Amino acid sequence: MDMSQGRITRQETGAPLPPVETASGNRALQQEERLLFEQGSPGRSGVDLPPVPDVPDRLGGLRRKGPIGLPGLSEPQVIRHFTRLSQKNYAIDAGIYPLGSCTMKHNPRLNEKLARLPGFADLHPLQPISTVQGALELMDTLARWLKALTGMPAVALSPAAGAHGEFCGMVAIRAALEARGEGDRRRVLVPESAHGTNPATAAACGFIVDPIPANARGRVDLDAFKAKLDSDVAAVMLTNPNTCGLFEPDVVEIARLVHEAGGYFYCDGANFNAIVGRVRPADLGIDAMHINLHKTFSTPHGGGGPGAGPVVLSEALAPYAPLPYVVHGPKGFRLVETKEKGTAPFGRLKAFHGQMGMFVRALAYMMSHGADGLRRAAEDAVLNANYVMAKLRDVMTPAFDGPCMHECLFDDRFLKDTGVTTLDFAKAMIDEGFHPMTMYFPLVVHGAMLIEPTESESRGSLDAFIASVRALAERAKRGEAEFFRAAPRLTPRRRLDETRAARQPVLRWRPPAPAQAAAE
Amino acid sequence: MRYLPHTDADRRAMLDAIGVGSIDDLFRDVPVSARLERPVDLPHHMTELEVERAIGAMAAKNRHAGSLACFLGAGAYRHHIPAAVDHLIQRGEFLTSYTPYQPEVSQGTLQALFEFQTQVALITGMEIANASMYDGATACAEAVMMANRLTRRKRAVLSGGLHPHYREVVETDARWTGFDVVAAPPDVAGVEDLAAMIDADTSCVVVQNPSVFGHVRDLSPLAAAAQKAGALLVVVVTEIVSLGLLMPPGAMGADIVAAEGQSLGNPLNFGGPYVGLFATREKYVRQMPGRIAGETVDADGRRGWVLTLSTREQHIRREKATSNICTNSGLCALAFAIHLALLGEAGYTQLAALNHANAVRLAEKLGQVPGVEVVNDTFFNEFTLRLPKPAAPVVERLVRKGVLGGVPGGRLWPGKRDLANLLIVAATETNTGAEMDLFARALQEVL
Repeated sequence: MDMSQGRITRQETGAPLPPVETASGNRALQQEERLLFEQGSPGRSGVDLPPVPDVPDRLGGLRRKGPIGLPGLSEPQVIRHFTRLSQKNYAIDAGIYPLGSCTMKHNPRLNEKLARLPGFADLHPLQPISTVQGALELMDTLARWLKALTGMPAVALSPAAGAHGEFCGMVAIRAALEARGEGDRRRVLVPESAHGTNPATAAACGFIVDPIPANARGRVDLDAFKAKLDSDVAAVMLTNPNTCGLFEPDVVEIARLVHEAGGYFYCDGANFNAIVGRVRPADLGIDAMHINLHKTFSTPHGGGGPGAGPVVLSEALAPYAPLPYVVHGPKGFRLVETKEKGTAPFGRLKAFHGQMGMFVRALAYMMSHGADGLRRAAEDAVLNANYVMAKLRDVMTPAFDGPCMHECLFDDRFLKDTGVTTLDFAKAMIDEGFHPMTMYFPLVVHGAMLIEPTESESRGSLDAFIASVRALAERAKRGEAEFFRAAPRLTPRRRLDETRAARQPVLRWRPPAPAQAAAE
Repeated sequence: MRYLPHTDADRRAMLDAIGVGSIDDLFRDVPVSARLERPVDLPHHMTELEVERAIGAMAAKNRHAGSLACFLGAGAYRHHIPAAVDHLIQRGEFLTSYTPYQPEVSQGTLQALFEFQTQVALITGMEIANASMYDGATACAEAVMMANRLTRRKRAVLSGGLHPHYREVVETDARWTGFDVVAAPPDVAGVEDLAAMIDADTSCVVVQNPSVFGHVRDLSPLAAAAQKAGALLVVVVTEIVSLGLLMPPGAMGADIVAAEGQSLGNPLNFGGPYVGLFATREKYVRQMPGRIAGETVDADGRRGWVLTLSTREQHIRREKATSNICTNSGLCALAFAIHLALLGEAGYTQLAALNHANAVRLAEKLGQVPGVEVVNDTFFNEFTLRLPKPAAPVVERLVRKGVLGGVPGGRLWPGKRDLANLLIVAATETNTGAEMDLFARALQEVL
């Protein structure tokens, strides 16, 4: 008698399974999901609303004519749609996300809870100031932490993201130069390894971008830098630690030289997470630095924002800080929204006071870690990156010698003559269950692979990642290029045709043409 | 420390594997003068409960909008957000993922952005939209700079009905990136003639509809006048719910729509994060700023999505990019898309109708308060009152009676004495008849 009751009692062994074809196109937990617009019905809604009171309208005859074309779905349909979509995403919650320069660290859920307190989330930006004292206190407290951690005397909280912060800092520099009567200084020195936002920002502010080459050790070529310093230099824009994951050992000298030449030092703080609590940027001689709260202080990236990019400023630039800002006076906190005596704010950067929701999360992160924990987090981030580099250096090719900071950079020499590219290698990592590292950035290294594990990864997680990368590197060297070119195989979609997307742009859904619909 | 997985034994073993004696050896490139030997002077780590108490205490010092009868608008609106929205955006696969640079493992975010772009295009009546900007004001400034590029002109005309903070953001960009702004005086009555301000150097006319004072206008004649002069019409919308009821900018001839999307899916958040909406004509796409999701096929010919047209963007074009924007408002855009998906055509249009009806009822009640004049003939869910005295102190007194009674003119136009008696008042679906009666009664008492 069969006692198994249909259960499998014996592991089948033998030939590998053929590819599975399903009638639905689904693959178990991977479900195909049509667009919202392809599944709704007019007249249905996932929100119940009360009847509209019968009153004469005051629209001046400008009522919308004809339908909008939005689909109607019930709440369960909407929940299922977006849940299925979410299951097609990789996320930090699911595993290591080693995107160099992006700092994908754990997002504590306490921070989400606190940002949703009605005392913050349900505050209108234009409420009377007497009703928002706690919100201004939180902004002031965040400012105090950012100033203490950087050693800088002032901070502008309102920029909405890193690039917005760069704009804030570079405009403050222009304003300071104009106030000195040296508005004709227009050259900004930017290392070739910089993030694309640096030259884009400098150019947007009316500066002329002058690239500084890197030396063979991945740092600013100090002699080339000196040669470019002249009376028309407005500033140097330097990322430190830089995008090769290296601390610039000449940074203090660079600051001294640019100040001596009459320019300012803008530091891109994207990599502040590597040094927070161990180095105060003020001690390096900077004049301005944005801090990506969504990197160093772990506000969630959310699939592309929102971020927040507060900018710390030196004494020289502080008078030009944008509006609005918070001050503490005898009657409590105040929000300064217009120019006050003794200041020369350069203007307003966004509609309201800043990314409050991100401020709450970042402050919760800072207070949870404390001064000791933030320093420890930076150390662990640096430890993890060096550990990954040490464990991979014999099978891959590190771009530069010596210890790295929070991220380690490899080039593609180890793939030479294998027929495997950096892109192929990254796509093969996806099948292994990992998000790839940053590819082809920074530009100063051929076929760059930039790995930033962050402090959130345990040793076990790093070892699993390292084992997979090693196995892939060895496989590439065995000449299995076809395996890499076909990757990824196990994702909801295989490699996507980006050229077609750009050449024949389809940027929105459109209803099928009637003739086509009839034919279907 | 609860967020850090390593034990001291792990750290020791890892340092050994690296081949260094201590963590300090890894920081050896830091100049000696800049090394901090001990933690900075800030509190040490705290338990979850301690942090909750400390930050909760700050939250408790605020009087949040829901604890009073809230009639505030002027660029941020209090709407009811269905519970499903916040549940879905807190899924870790959305919350803790990056910008979708690796499309094979980001199809969820990419499809949602494609749907968001389609929704924005549909409700604004425009051909295409991007994947979001920081907020409405920065979207407005980006629209002006895009118009400057498209027309190769450098002079923007701003309506006096444009939110003054939006005007200030445009003026900041004008001053520091190098273009001119001609701003019309505050258009309290909603009668300005912007067509007369357009000349051969005008790149665009920027007009808000409904205006910051609440007026609703037909922009078709202005669109025709602008386009005849070779300029573009930029239409700003700060209350996106209005497009459920009002003729969309696209139907009135807008070339670019820059809007604030906060009203759908996103709480007030004391001003941020919000979500800028940006829509335009297909022929202008290569000058549009920001991320764009597009449709394509994979190696097996199946439909999928990628970020596309990135040759406009900073990470490819560097100093020649259309904008320096990188991180934008992805999760806020997702919240917007989910809320609008839940509403659908029927819900969105009904929500708009409810907002309008409540505003009509409120205007009726407040207009009967002695000494109060409703300035507007037309409006959507927001209108302007003229009080017999400065509005700012009135608003403070209204708080004591449990009412957030609107945004005083003095807050938006500090120093402009002729606008100090104005009060901009909004009503949404969240306001009850009892709240409106309370407001009218309280206003009568404090005047």
